[in-house]
Amino acid sequence: MAEAHDRPPEKFNIRLRRYDPESGQAPYWDEHTVELEPHRSVLEAVLQARDRFDGSIGIRCSCRQAICGSCGVRVNGEPALACHTHLDAALASSGDGIIEIEPMGNMPVIKDLIVDMDAVHWKKIQRVTPWLLAKEPVPEREYVVPKESMVDVTQTMACIQCGACVSDCLAMEVDPGFIGPAALAKAYRFVGDPRDAEQFERLNDLAQDPQGIFDCTHCFKCVEACPKDVNPMGQIMRLRRIAASDQHIVDQNNGVRHEKAITGLIRGYGLLHEAELIPRSYGGNSWFAKFTPPAGKELLSSLPVILRGLLRGKFNPRIAIFGHKIPPADLKSVQAIYDKVESREERYELNLYITGTDEDNAPVPAEPEQAAVGASTEGSDS
Amino acid sequence: MPEHDVLIIGAGLAGQRAALAAAERGASVAIMSKVHPVRSHSVAAAGGINAAISVDDDWRSHAYDTVKGSDYLGDQDAIEVMCSEAPGEVLHLEHIGVTFHRNEQGLMDLRAFGGASMKRTAYVADITGQALLHVLYEQLMKHHETVARYEEWFTTSLLLGEDGSCCGVIARDVRSGKMEAFTAKNVILACGGSGQAYKPTTNGLIVTGDGIAMAYRAGAPLMDMEMVQYHPTCLVETGILITEGARGEGAHLLNNKGERFMEKTAPNKMELASRDVVSRAEQIEINEGRGVGPEGKGIYLDVTVVEKKRTLEALREIVNLGRDFAGVDITREPIMIRPGQHYIMGGVKTDVDGRTPIEGLYAAGEVACVSVHGGNRLGANSLLDTLIFGRRSGEHAAARAASMAPPKLDVQAQLARDEAELAAIIARPRDGRRVSEIKNELGETMNKHAAVFRDEEGLQGALQTIGRLREEAGKAWIDDRGTIFNQDVLGALELGYMIDCAEATLVGAIERKESRGAQFRTDYPERNDEQWLKHIDITLGADGPQVSYSPVTITQWQPEERKY
Repeated sequence: MAEAHDRPPEKFNIRLRRYDPESGQAPYWDEHTVELEPHRSVLEAVLQARDRFDGSIGIRCSCRQAICGSCGVRVNGEPALACHTHLDAALASSGDGIIEIEPMGNMPVIKDLIVDMDAVHWKKIQRVTPWLLAKEPVPEREYVVPKESMVDVTQTMACIQCGACVSDCLAMEVDPGFIGPAALAKAYRFVGDPRDAEQFERLNDLAQDPQGIFDCTHCFKCVEACPKDVNPMGQIMRLRRIAASDQHIVDQNNGVRHEKAITGLIRGYGLLHEAELIPRSYGGNSWFAKFTPPAGKELLSSLPVILRGLLRGKFNPRIAIFGHKIPPADLKSVQAIYDKVESREERYELNLYITGTDEDNAPVPAEPEQAAVGASTEGSDS
Repeated sequence: MPEHDVLIIGAGLAGQRAALAAAERGASVAIMSKVHPVRSHSVAAAGGINAAISVDDDWRSHAYDTVKGSDYLGDQDAIEVMCSEAPGEVLHLEHIGVTFHRNEQGLMDLRAFGGASMKRTAYVADITGQALLHVLYEQLMKHHETVARYEEWFTTSLLLGEDGSCCGVIARDVRSGKMEAFTAKNVILACGGSGQAYKPTTNGLIVTGDGIAMAYRAGAPLMDMEMVQYHPTCLVETGILITEGARGEGAHLLNNKGERFMEKTAPNKMELASRDVVSRAEQIEINEGRGVGPEGKGIYLDVTVVEKKRTLEALREIVNLGRDFAGVDITREPIMIRPGQHYIMGGVKTDVDGRTPIEGLYAAGEVACVSVHGGNRLGANSLLDTLIFGRRSGEHAAARAASMAPPKLDVQAQLARDEAELAAIIARPRDGRRVSEIKNELGETMNKHAAVFRDEEGLQGALQTIGRLREEAGKAWIDDRGTIFNQDVLGALELGYMIDCAEATLVGAIERKESRGAQFRTDYPERNDEQWLKHIDITLGADGPQVSYSPVTITQWQPEERKY
């Protein structure tokens, strides 16, 4: 057993965000001191406070093992499952030695740590037609599908609908209508499922919706927030790749054209050529794009933003207009990456269940400590 | 007042399957749960679901393994129903979207599981329960027009008509605190077992025996409540479950000498003997000083012998559990486990269509005792039980509803009574014990005296303790005076439910003077078919639990000595 688990109980101070909707009072902070071993969870701390000091503390919880998805909260400002966050880690990330526990963000609070997931999370899940539209005819026995495809969708099946990613989604904060990370990960569960008959329709729907797959801003917040390594942003990117590369969907949001413009410009210049980006996203992926009417229109409407950026020194006008110049050898290296990736016959998709994590694949330490057990780790190499 | 043909209490696998089956038959259906359906504890089932779908398998082999696993206490007619319908049910689940793991040919892969004579467990990595539950919820969302959902509604009691039949429930909307009467032609209880009456347990905090206690109070008999399963592999500190799938994939159990001690009790099946056998063997190692860990209270589960790639793809969840809840990388070192309360084989007595002796009241899943598990449930048979008997209950209830008029009854008196009961709990003076203290003592008492090994003295002592706890619970005070999300007052009701279940377990365990399946009496260490090859039924009489017996149905398999 790891050493951490032999440590005796310690005192931990927790600060809970409380809200009693019946009191007519504003939310307030409520502090308690609990005594638990450092590797115990934040949920156990909240429950100890509830059991010993104040039974009115509201929190949803059940399984205590990160599978039921009930206890999504924010610990020291970061979304997490309370049962999945160790007290010592929470203490280390607290600003002032008091572990701060608040309800999740982006969803209305009902009471204390309980939020209204129906109003936001579940409404968005319903948006993506969250059931299999099975291919006909339904076989007498099981559908015969590649082994890898089922392992692949298992990563998104592992989503426990806790709402942690929704809580922290920056795009949703700006655009509450964004379908969001959890629901789009759910959508991938069907798009990636070879038994589903409507891959094109699903993708076209999500690509054409201005609040669909191209509304994500790649901030990685959901990837960090997810306690089950579902990697929602990664799934959104896969939806984009399948939509564009496999289904050849060109969306009305210029999402695909924008991506093509970015990758094309980096291939050509080694770094992003900002002045070319808008014209090419809207007018097609060439130098002449700026003379097309849609690009002109978009440039005009972007003018105030460009001017504000210029006035505040956000970019150097000379580099923005003429592009970055990097040494030819470096440019060649960049282009070699493109050649290598594009020469692959199949796209290489990283999936936790198939490839594991870097941590999983780190070399085995020479002599792992073991008690009086004759077992060895040899089996792990076979 | 909401009215339905079929009202289902509980939205785990049994409840959701019942709802979908009843709706498919054209009934007006509602499903009610005290939590959001995907939080139901079916979500934690890890390893898989048994079905003889392989071409070289036969459902009779599955049935025989189940009968043997049950230590011959299971009713063989019910076991035949479950095992013969299993392949069709599992294929149905595959067709509606469950992402079952495939083999290289693209067909459903099967893994080995305890007590099974061949590989017959279909699985989704080690999140099978979650995958099944989420896929059924997808179907509920799809059929939202035919199945009404009451999510986060807590059922306080069953409504009985003048003729004694069940015609609905009283429930409280957890979010608003509002109480309401729901009438229904049929009520299906599908709200799980009573694991929280034990501490520790693998069961979630919501698993508090609500349905068992409500049916018992309404006059329904409980059956085989003494049969409580201890799962062989739970984390030592928290009781969190490590799936049997680990041993199914080849993991070993080791004592402090590094010996695979299962050799002694189950030389053929080794780690894959049935759960009662493995748990007892582990407990003997621990009791005789061959346990591991600082206090010798554990056993090592060694997953490092499984190929790492296989562990990552098929046992991903326990890699996470080991890392996050025990600080152990199971791909590199053994993890310390011990037996822990996991499942109750007993429950509300039903027939193979889920019917209880109370007209209009059905039960399916862990809340029920059909009985297909008898004295000991095989791993990966519980998901199957929930789905087969959930579906059959839903179908039967829908058919019954089609041929009857809506119940007519005055619900106001009982609604007022339940409202008053909750108001009284909220208003209790703060001079007894807290609900949480009583619950802890209950759980510790049960885990000490009604566990892997039992004896008369311990059980009688525990029964006395439960009597005292029942009195204390009647006066226990709470803090929350509010109505919106008052979880505190619901906790007081749950405590009452758990005490009823625990009492029935103890009464049954005292009554059964033999050792069979999960019940091992150190004072009666042998199985005694002559006197005890029978079910113990417990009904609530004027003076508390009343014991009676009912026969075990035997069709093709006569009792034999169990060897693994």
